[in-house]
Amino acid sequence: MPRDDFIIRIGGDTAVGGVISTGENFTQAAAHIGFHTFTFRTYPAEIKGGHAWFQVRISHRPVLSIGDGCDVLVAFDQEAYELHREDLNPGGVLIYDSELVQPREEGDGVVLYGIPFQRIARQELEFVRGTNTLIQGVLAGLFGLPLSALEEMVVSRYQRRKELLDKNLEALRYGYEYVNSLTKRDGFWLGSADNVSRLVVSGNQAIVAGALHAGCRYFAGYPITPASDILEAMAAELPRLGGVCLQAEDEMAALASVIGASYAGVKAMTATSGPGLSLMVELLGLASMAEIPVVIVDAQRSGPSTGMPTKLEQGDLFHALYAGHGDFPRIVVAPGSVADCLRMIVVAFNLAEKYQCPVILLSDQSLSHRTETMEVPDVSALTVVDRLRPDGVAPGEYRRYRITDTGVSPMAIPGLDRHTYVAPGLEHDELGHPVLTPQVHEAMTAKRFRKLETCRQEVDSPDFASRYGEKKAELGIISWGATEGSVREAIDRALAKGYKVAGLHLRVLNPLPREQLQEFLGSVKKVMVPEVNYQGQLAHHLAAHLGVQAIRVNKIGGLPFTPGEILAKIEEVMRDA
Amino acid sequence: MPDGAATAERPSEVLTVKDYRGDQKPVWCPGCGDFGVLSATFKALAALQLPKHQVVVVSGIGCSSRAPYFMSTFGFHGVHGRALPIATGIKLTRPDLTVLVMGGDGDLMAIGMGHLPHAAARNIDVTCIMMDNQTYGLTKAQASPTSFVGHKTKSTPYGVIAKPMNPVLMALAAGATFVARGYSAKPNELAQLIVQGIRHKGFSFIHVHSPCAEFYNTYDFYDQRVTEMPAGWDTSDLKAAMELALTEERVHLGVFYQAERPVYELQVRELEPRREEFDLARFLQERFS
Repeated sequence: MPRDDFIIRIGGDTAVGGVISTGENFTQAAAHIGFHTFTFRTYPAEIKGGHAWFQVRISHRPVLSIGDGCDVLVAFDQEAYELHREDLNPGGVLIYDSELVQPREEGDGVVLYGIPFQRIARQELEFVRGTNTLIQGVLAGLFGLPLSALEEMVVSRYQRRKELLDKNLEALRYGYEYVNSLTKRDGFWLGSADNVSRLVVSGNQAIVAGALHAGCRYFAGYPITPASDILEAMAAELPRLGGVCLQAEDEMAALASVIGASYAGVKAMTATSGPGLSLMVELLGLASMAEIPVVIVDAQRSGPSTGMPTKLEQGDLFHALYAGHGDFPRIVVAPGSVADCLRMIVVAFNLAEKYQCPVILLSDQSLSHRTETMEVPDVSALTVVDRLRPDGVAPGEYRRYRITDTGVSPMAIPGLDRHTYVAPGLEHDELGHPVLTPQVHEAMTAKRFRKLETCRQEVDSPDFASRYGEKKAELGIISWGATEGSVREAIDRALAKGYKVAGLHLRVLNPLPREQLQEFLGSVKKVMVPEVNYQGQLAHHLAAHLGVQAIRVNKIGGLPFTPGEILAKIEEVMRDA
Repeated sequence: MPDGAATAERPSEVLTVKDYRGDQKPVWCPGCGDFGVLSATFKALAALQLPKHQVVVVSGIGCSSRAPYFMSTFGFHGVHGRALPIATGIKLTRPDLTVLVMGGDGDLMAIGMGHLPHAAARNIDVTCIMMDNQTYGLTKAQASPTSFVGHKTKSTPYGVIAKPMNPVLMALAAGATFVARGYSAKPNELAQLIVQGIRHKGFSFIHVHSPCAEFYNTYDFYDQRVTEMPAGWDTSDLKAAMELALTEERVHLGVFYQAERPVYELQVRELEPRREEFDLARFLQERFS
């Protein structure tokens, strides 16, 4: 039986180029005829040059995670070979430029195909830039992706440039036919998919789509990796929708103007990474104090300080949960996949509107830039909520910060309501007037935090805490963010091996879904929390709120968890049990 | 996004200065210049008959930044230095509103200085009234970026070393399309400048000497030096305005410079002639399939 779920990794120097585009085109073509794909990319933080790699996992079944290692390695140069050879799985395939790479003797049943890509492009095709298309043709021929799927991609890309179109088609077909001169010795073949054309979307793109659906019509941001493409997409999309996008002079201006826009009645957000969120912190407290809905995306990257700008980490959970002086509520949500980015940004806007406070959505570099195949979601299920307004209240009777059971009070909008008030950064009474007495500070702090409890009742449901695996388990894994897929896949594999394990994936991290967590904790004997950070930030948060003493599994270094790593941990824990 | 034309309306009865006064009494010290600036602002709003709920006054932190609390319009008392970007967000999304920024020399020339040139360069239609008392009053008398060289304060016991900022020159250099200077002790003249600033379509910067009677009493200094603009002053001459702003022996009051330049919030709406409703399913199909 050929393997029909496998990982192709491509590595090379960005100065030569083509690593990412080769992978992207191949992915797009596969998705177009119904394959499920899951990509991962990492690139250098250098301005020009440096090693980049891209990988895609392809299957005709849904793909949950990055997978383990790689099954096919395409090495553009010696460096790519050296860096990734270790990750090539037993029985894998090494495809390399036979004039640029010198592989060592291979064991583990690894199959080698050495092809002089650059020489073919130069001499046979007389089209040096055709190397990438040539490689795509070879991959299609070797692993059973129909040539027509790639031809369609080339045609749509170069339809207005006849000469490039012809040259690329020639390179593609050359590569595809070149495979006939090889003897296929590997065990990978894609087989057929369902021919449903799937969307290929990145986390950042899904965030933009969801935000626009939620009604976001003002965006301000300051360029920062890995969030910049949200700013760029908003700049392109908002004008047509009657919205405004501002490239601000710094992150403080970005969030300040978002607060201003929302105060003026327009749904608004910013997107940044950890360093930018650090600069926004004072304004975060202002939004909470003045009770103004704002949405902030933190596409986490490896910190501290400038850290590793192009690498992922789940290191900003404490930052999102606790940053700021004084006690103030904020809501923190974290999507687990690309499709979840779309859904959770809509949720983020809805929660911001309902509870009139900042909502931080934590994604990370891997989720920002990886693509996954998804289908168009059920739009009618993505309900959009607007804030409470002082309808029916006479302007003279209006109290902007009225103390209520839910903690929520109606918000007047300048120009649209006659209920004037001053949004205060100072502690204030129900009218918004500065009052600095102990009684008022106590009552108002409690009011603001009451919103978080009201919110908890709403989000404490399986919708935001997904459970899977055994109903009663020896080991329960609690996860958050982009580790979702790897954990789920590891649990599936562990269950298949007969281990009694279960998982709970949290999509809302503040307020914690207490009841869902307690029920889960009551059904498992041991708890494990895998996180891509050093301190075990979720484990710490759970310990603080629920007294959970979890087995902390931490990984740092800029790469995501693979299912195999989680599985190995599960087996280790179960062995010790 | 609300349409300006639909919401802008004339009040049914004539509004007076009293109508703009809030129900909170100002907490400023006796003799504070900010009283004069506040009263000039009321006069300007009454002169323009602006409906209260269509005016937003944004401020940062400092004595002068308390102003919104003493007014009956909409207001925003934000954090230190960020009044201009908050106002930018309001005006960009709601061009129908009249937006004022009121702040001090600390707020606008120190912690928030990074925002002033950008608001000016973008030419956001906001009127920024900087109440300059050349000291930090709220934190009790430390030096400010506009304090004179040699000024001894608790934070500069040996005297200020840095050359004071020149707010008018800064605003001119950054591209503000309306730059004026007023004096809190001349509230009627100041009210006229504020009226002109609000009427001006673009970023208006009004530098107001507003002495601190408590910690840095400069009334005598300015009483002796303030003077009208030179006769026949040409407000379209940027170089002359800069030269005048550099004059140290006299403190000129009036409009230094005024120019017409399209405002950002309207330009940004003209980028794309098409308008459409967002349709998620179509969006995803068009971009990602």
